[in-house]
Amino acid sequence: MINSGKIFIKEIQYFYNAEVAERTNAPALRAGSPLGSLGSNPNLGAFWNIVKVFKYTYLLYKGVKMRLTSHPILDFEKKRGKKIKFTYNGREIECYENETIASALHAAGIRVLSKSSKLLRPRGFYCAIGKCASCIMTVDGVPNVRSCITLVREGMKVESQEGLASLQDLNPIKGKKEKIETEIAIVGGGPAGLSAALEAAKYNRVLLIDENHTLGGQLIKQTHKFFGSRKEKASTRGIKIAEELCKEVMENENIEVLLNSSVIGYYNENEYNLAAVKNNDTLVKIKTEKIIVSTGASENTLVFENNDLPGIYGAGAVQTLMNVYGVKPGDKVLMVGAGNVGLIVSYQLLQAGVDVVCVVEALPEIGGYNVHAAKLRRCGVPILTKHSILRAYGDERVRGATIVKLDENWKPVKGTERDIDVDVICLAVGLSPSIELLRQMGCSTKYIPELGGNVVIHNKYLETEITGVYVAGDCSGIGEASTAMLEGKIAGLSAVLSMRRDEEIERRREELMKELEELRRGPFGERPRIGKEKLFRAVR
Amino acid sequence: MSYKEDGVLELKDLNLPSEERLKKGPVAVFECVENIPCNPCVDACPFKAVSMEKITDTPKIDYEKCTGCGTCVSVCPGLAIFVVDLSKEKALITIPYEFLPIPEKGDTVKALNRRGEIVGDAKIIGVKKNENKTNTVTIEVKKEVGMIVRNIKVIK
Repeated sequence: MINSGKIFIKEIQYFYNAEVAERTNAPALRAGSPLGSLGSNPNLGAFWNIVKVFKYTYLLYKGVKMRLTSHPILDFEKKRGKKIKFTYNGREIECYENETIASALHAAGIRVLSKSSKLLRPRGFYCAIGKCASCIMTVDGVPNVRSCITLVREGMKVESQEGLASLQDLNPIKGKKEKIETEIAIVGGGPAGLSAALEAAKYNRVLLIDENHTLGGQLIKQTHKFFGSRKEKASTRGIKIAEELCKEVMENENIEVLLNSSVIGYYNENEYNLAAVKNNDTLVKIKTEKIIVSTGASENTLVFENNDLPGIYGAGAVQTLMNVYGVKPGDKVLMVGAGNVGLIVSYQLLQAGVDVVCVVEALPEIGGYNVHAAKLRRCGVPILTKHSILRAYGDERVRGATIVKLDENWKPVKGTERDIDVDVICLAVGLSPSIELLRQMGCSTKYIPELGGNVVIHNKYLETEITGVYVAGDCSGIGEASTAMLEGKIAGLSAVLSMRRDEEIERRREELMKELEELRRGPFGERPRIGKEKLFRAVR
Repeated sequence: MSYKEDGVLELKDLNLPSEERLKKGPVAVFECVENIPCNPCVDACPFKAVSMEKITDTPKIDYEKCTGCGTCVSVCPGLAIFVVDLSKEKALITIPYEFLPIPEKGDTVKALNRRGEIVGDAKIIGVKKNENKTNTVTIEVKKEVGMIVRNIKVIK
């Protein structure tokens, strides 16, 4: 009890220091803080100090309430596992065993995880799925650990990191080596990778590699029911699809699964080899005949003043935090982007009991499905088209934002600026295919905006320009989970067909390709359809 | 302002059952106006009242076959189907509901329109807790707001 009391006072001190730092650095806009504008009179200093103690006590109380205890769709009690403790900069933090460092810290009210390398600006996580380097921390003496995908362990020593680590600090992998041989190696265990594995494993030995502690990719946070055809699990929630696919994969004797392992490179010694790092300490050499890359995508960001403040998160990152780990991102959210991701995540925020102040969309029309927009609107959330965010403000956390109306030329209309009181800003402004590994392999790329940017050239059977290397899912061009699953199946069968001739398998692949075409019909399938057509034309 | 700009459907955007059919008894109202690739409602209907040629078509409803049983309400991934009964003194509406707290039969809650504005009170007539966690709630509201109320706010 005495101990927790001390931490309590420390917390108050921490918030107090943050406030002082904020006032010295950015005295201008303070709409986010109800007491802020009053605190500037020096004669009233002592009084306001007392007021502040109450304010920070309240903030701390709010921090404690970050964990979701009830949810209309999810049950976290079973998922969380038992309580454990680790230290953050010497301070003891209590958390649950089945969560990541970043989620445990967020639940404890800590948003600043690292400092940027040049200007030492405070950084929180951004993607929460290991794609960006915003959350790197030093863990048990090892720097540059992605705290968003690393699970906490009892007694773990976590320290915040200023900038990037120097080479001397890095602990090179010594000694521990493993070798795996397989027929088809699949990199990335999301909807595409899982589907590819299940199809390919009907005929070949498969190795499925993922850098997360669990399979399922981004399906594990999709609490909404999927669209698409009944055949392809429509009307089933993404989380349930993930559960089913993962179970099938784990039970399949032809599939070996390698988790917590990042594939860091490819090399060709008259056979295909992949190098992976497992558990941050073991080098794994993978010899394989065929490779399917299904590494997914990363969330885009947007340029505006203070866009790196902790509390500005990718919409998908917020989904991970609240739907996978049961931690609320904050209390009041501004959502930027009214595509399907922005609309769906806004609705899921409401389900978690978080207030969505409004959704802004720079385009003149809502990009996502009307059914998603309608769900939000009838809960009273405004969607402002032709609006965008101008700036965020705060010190080490978001305390508000200014939104503005845009004219026909995408320029802010003077006099339409509005300050809104939010503590989280979600960016749902599109995704970019994760093609780093494919580029290292030597695959040529083409810039196709309809597919989310640079994509690797591949044919309709999903084979790249390197024979025996296939792509599937978002890394082959941004789409949806239902099309990713179909692509995965097609790529899996293509890999199989390159090793054997079989009319039955060919027929099945043709059927799947037809199904994929069906899903991409209609106005919402136009972008991926046009994008893929452009891409197929680029195949030499 | 069109629904593309603000997300709110107006009655003119919808393909509604005839007034006669609405007066006859419960019937499904589909608020699904875009060509999205989705078809679970077709298989869900036990009376084969919903059809679709291509998966990207909007659903076509045979209102003579539709009994207003409400099976489709909880199946629709877009939560875009409601059952409306205008045959009685008051309007009965069945809505999909995915929030907490779940209201109980007999409770009085706030009735919200498509903009989330409170337009009066609603009495909970029935709550069906479904396995897929999209529960269906039947409410009773004033007849004149039968085609306007599409959500509830439960304050406990």
